[in-house]
Amino acid sequence: MTFDFFIPGFIATAVIFGLIKKVSVFDSFTAGAAQGLRTLYSLAPTLVGLIVAVNMFKSSGASDLICGAASPLCEALGFPKEIVPMVILRPVSGGGSTALLTEVYKDCGPDSFAGEVASVLAGSTETTFYAIAVYFGSAGIKKIRHTLFAALAADFTAAVMAAVTVKLILN
Amino acid sequence: MMNYIFAGIIIISLICAFITGKTQALSEAVVNGASESVKLLMTMAGMLTLWSGIMEVADRGGLTKLLCRILSPVLNLLFKNIDKKSRALKYISMNVSANLLGIGNAATPFGIQAVKELKKLNGESAAASDDMVVFVVMNTASIQLIPTMVAALRQSYGSSRPFSILPCVWISSACALAVGLFIAKIFKSRNKNDL
Repeated sequence: MTFDFFIPGFIATAVIFGLIKKVSVFDSFTAGAAQGLRTLYSLAPTLVGLIVAVNMFKSSGASDLICGAASPLCEALGFPKEIVPMVILRPVSGGGSTALLTEVYKDCGPDSFAGEVASVLAGSTETTFYAIAVYFGSAGIKKIRHTLFAALAADFTAAVMAAVTVKLILN
Repeated sequence: MMNYIFAGIIIISLICAFITGKTQALSEAVVNGASESVKLLMTMAGMLTLWSGIMEVADRGGLTKLLCRILSPVLNLLFKNIDKKSRALKYISMNVSANLLGIGNAATPFGIQAVKELKKLNGESAAASDDMVVFVVMNTASIQLIPTMVAALRQSYGSSRPFSILPCVWISSACALAVGLFIAKIFKSRNKNDL
């Protein structure tokens, strides 16, 4: 598959660009990598809290109830029902939806249909409410007009397209 | 918001476990969840650190600037009313480029600056202008070239091809963006007619 070259190719391009621009490539790398570790460090408390909460949610049977309620509609649309809780939480909480994503990986495997759809969904959407709050909040915008509606419509489209693209391209 | 979500999930779980009689599984979940999440962080650490480093190399080597240049015709079309040389447009293109490379730490400050500039252009009104709506919708639809966090997670759960999802991610986020922008545009003209 020619696509296998994309990742190493991207890395090589970045390094060659740096060399041409006479940037100290390795120093840049280590500076960025240190930033990555800091990201991980700041992610840890959120993730521990939310993975425990989501684990409780799953083992209590609450998440089965949601999946069960949504399953007739999902089956009709060819959408994996295991992902429904994640679709609901995705625009509201980044950490929470990441925790649900790990549940899907654990139950179905990352390379299963549900696992791949969940991956695409996680990769192609943002924490909508957070982004709106950060950008408009910091600029003192009180009236957001149709922003939320347009953004949620985009999130919904991403969920539908995640299932469609995985079915057409990966299976 | 997070307070309610966190508390809500825990309370619902407790009630649900009593009804379904799964209280033992619930207490196991608490114990296992905590150690599991730390294990997950450890397996993700390598890939996340590697990619943060590579993206920094890409950024300093001028890939972000190159992306800005490639994007500018598209952004000029999306933000027709903004002066091409304005600072607002410069911040917008820096924000979108950083988002494309997945450097969230860099994208957010540029985005905040962009909205502040757009507010100036809108006469410091407390209501969002059409351009602000378009800009924020672009940010919520997250176009990312390489979703490294998802790839790292996939890998730590034993995926044989963590990056296989890339083409699907590009297509579905492009579709999501198109729908978001389309709706923003419909409402824009309607609001203009009202005035």
